[in-house]
Amino acid sequence: MLRFEDVVLQQGDFTLRADWPVASGAKLAVIGPSGSGKSTLLLAVAGFLPPMQGRILWQGQDLAVLPPGARPVTMLFQDQNLFPHLTVAQNIGLGLSPRLRLTTQDHDSIARALDRVGLPEMAQRRPGALSGGQMARVALARALLRARPILLLDEPFSALGPALKDEMLDLVTGVAQDTGALVMMVSHDPGDAQRFADQTVLVADGIACTPTPTSDLFANPPPALRTYLGS
Amino acid sequence: MTRAAAPAYLAGAILLVVVLGPLPLLLTRGQVTLTGADFAALRFTVMQAGLSALLSCLLAVPVARALHRRRFVGRGAMIALMGAPFLLPVIVAALGIVSIWGARGWLARMGLPLPSLYGLQGVLLAHVFLNLPLATRMLLQGWQAIPAERLRLGESLGFDPWARFRHLEWPMLRSVLPGAMLAVFLVCLTSFAIVLTLGGGPKATTLELAIYQAVRFDFDLPRAAALALLQFGVCGLAVAASARLVRDAGFGAGLDRSLAPPAPAGWRRGLDGFLLLLTAAFLLLPLLAITLNGLLGLPAMPAQVWPALARSLIVAVTCGILSTVMALALALAVAKGARGLEYMAMLPLAASSMVLGIGLFLAVQPFVPPAALGLPVTLLVNIVLALPYAFRLILPEARALQADYGRLAEALDMRGLARLRLLTLPHLRRPLGLSAGLAAALAMGDLGAIALFASDGGATLPLLIQRLMGAYRMEAAAGAALVLMVANFGLFWLFDRWGRHAAV
Repeated sequence: MLRFEDVVLQQGDFTLRADWPVASGAKLAVIGPSGSGKSTLLLAVAGFLPPMQGRILWQGQDLAVLPPGARPVTMLFQDQNLFPHLTVAQNIGLGLSPRLRLTTQDHDSIARALDRVGLPEMAQRRPGALSGGQMARVALARALLRARPILLLDEPFSALGPALKDEMLDLVTGVAQDTGALVMMVSHDPGDAQRFADQTVLVADGIACTPTPTSDLFANPPPALRTYLGS
Repeated sequence: MTRAAAPAYLAGAILLVVVLGPLPLLLTRGQVTLTGADFAALRFTVMQAGLSALLSCLLAVPVARALHRRRFVGRGAMIALMGAPFLLPVIVAALGIVSIWGARGWLARMGLPLPSLYGLQGVLLAHVFLNLPLATRMLLQGWQAIPAERLRLGESLGFDPWARFRHLEWPMLRSVLPGAMLAVFLVCLTSFAIVLTLGGGPKATTLELAIYQAVRFDFDLPRAAALALLQFGVCGLAVAASARLVRDAGFGAGLDRSLAPPAPAGWRRGLDGFLLLLTAAFLLLPLLAITLNGLLGLPAMPAQVWPALARSLIVAVTCGILSTVMALALALAVAKGARGLEYMAMLPLAASSMVLGIGLFLAVQPFVPPAALGLPVTLLVNIVLALPYAFRLILPEARALQADYGRLAEALDMRGLARLRLLTLPHLRRPLGLSAGLAAALAMGDLGAIALFASDGGATLPLLIQRLMGAYRMEAAAGAALVLMVANFGLFWLFDRWGRHAAV
């Protein structure tokens, strides 16, 4: 279980509060107006923003002592998920060994992961030769191999067209099933939440609200969500 | 402090010890009453540096503007040429200036009536030769930084050249010129080889030269120490002033923009062309003279040239590498947020070759004869002095790297040497090569601390050239100068080429 315990996050003069648990393996959408602090919440879990107050616990352990790389977390950023000077295989291999000391077995795993995300034969390409959708797939292949119990997605598909984005969301669902990971996905598109997430967190007015089943939330939107949706 | 930042703090500590360590020694040894001659040296130092800065930068304004707004064959080559004098060993530059402007130089032989080259006018001429290109590149960068939208706005409002100057160029110059002037001022404050060659005498001696003379001719160490304190104070003030003004490296001006800015036709076009031609001749003729005289002088060179060249190469390569490694450690730490180290990296700008040299001289003299340590001291001094330049070249790229990939690298737990090998080196190879080349070139041409320490043997090539000139063996000096210039540019080119084979 991931638990935000009376957490206060601060970036500049902006603060965000969160105080709720979410079960392992859940699929969570984080929605809200831009600038409301959706990414801030993810950055705190990933270890890039220490809470001003409160604790973030995973399975009862305070994450504060762990540097980003040692957390049970894989994060997909909005962009810059791949190093342009490394091949696709090397970029994925970093998920297995940060020093890139890869065994034959590792290379087999990389090939299988590439198959899984639908990019066989791409191992030796560089990111510059890939499309946006393909780059997102490579990042997902790495997440698959790292198999950390928390997968954070900070709008990594926002630059993709609608059909491609839906494909990627289905792929994320698949990866989450394979690894059993808890997924938290930031999106500004309510459709993403409805397609992908069983629960949704609404972030507005400095508060990340307790997760609510997605269908209930949209069937019966609270005032903040109504303002956001414009209905 | 994290373990990753340990190399940066080590580098910072080395800088602190080498730059500030000698201060107590200078303070205790330098307790003498300064005479009128010493204050004359102080006055001359500040005056010539001020005039050099003023002349270089004011002349650079029309040159940079012409380079900015005209497109012509060889424009790229001319901008590249602007990088050459900064890399040229100063003693070689002095020889080149003398061959053109001296009493028996090319211009005099063409029948031009020239005043004597020796004294203030010669020092200023040489300083403008060395620094006009630097100033031009800094201003050119300023011009290129004027947003294209604003230029377009000016055009749509029908600005004439005067309005363009008032509303677009003058605001830029007001922000860029002070920084450029201070940069040149700072370089000229510590000028030694030029003043040694073209100045001298009670009327044209700088502090740097006075320190050298106090040690070499009078062996008056207390007075040298007192002069060094004076020099340190003057440079410190100038650095403190420039810390508020100078922005990131002025060295790497972008080469080209496809879109030419509006360029007025008519007489202004002719004037621009004339100016550019004159500047090219001013910069190229001394280089040409060094080459031609050098070729003629090659047979006259004494055998000592080759061991001296070997010593210079060792110093240059070692300095290029170590200075860059230290600068990289500092830049990475600063990019991650250790702002205090930035001041540490800029600290050596307040020192000069002679100040560091005399400090180390006093420090080692009770234990070892200084002549035995000529090369190690030269090495240390040059590593420290080149560091601010290397640091400024690397820092912007290190910042960009941290901003783009810092989080991803951390999220993937890439640390220590693995991160250096897989991420940092591939991305920073270009500025690293450039900074190693620059540091190597500066060390290769340095004539400063080595002049205090060296015995008859153990000279580096610049020192040997200076001695040949002192003995009026001008042909031999010209030959050796050509060897030094070729080795210097060659070394820079090699390091820079290594950097250009960047993976990204």
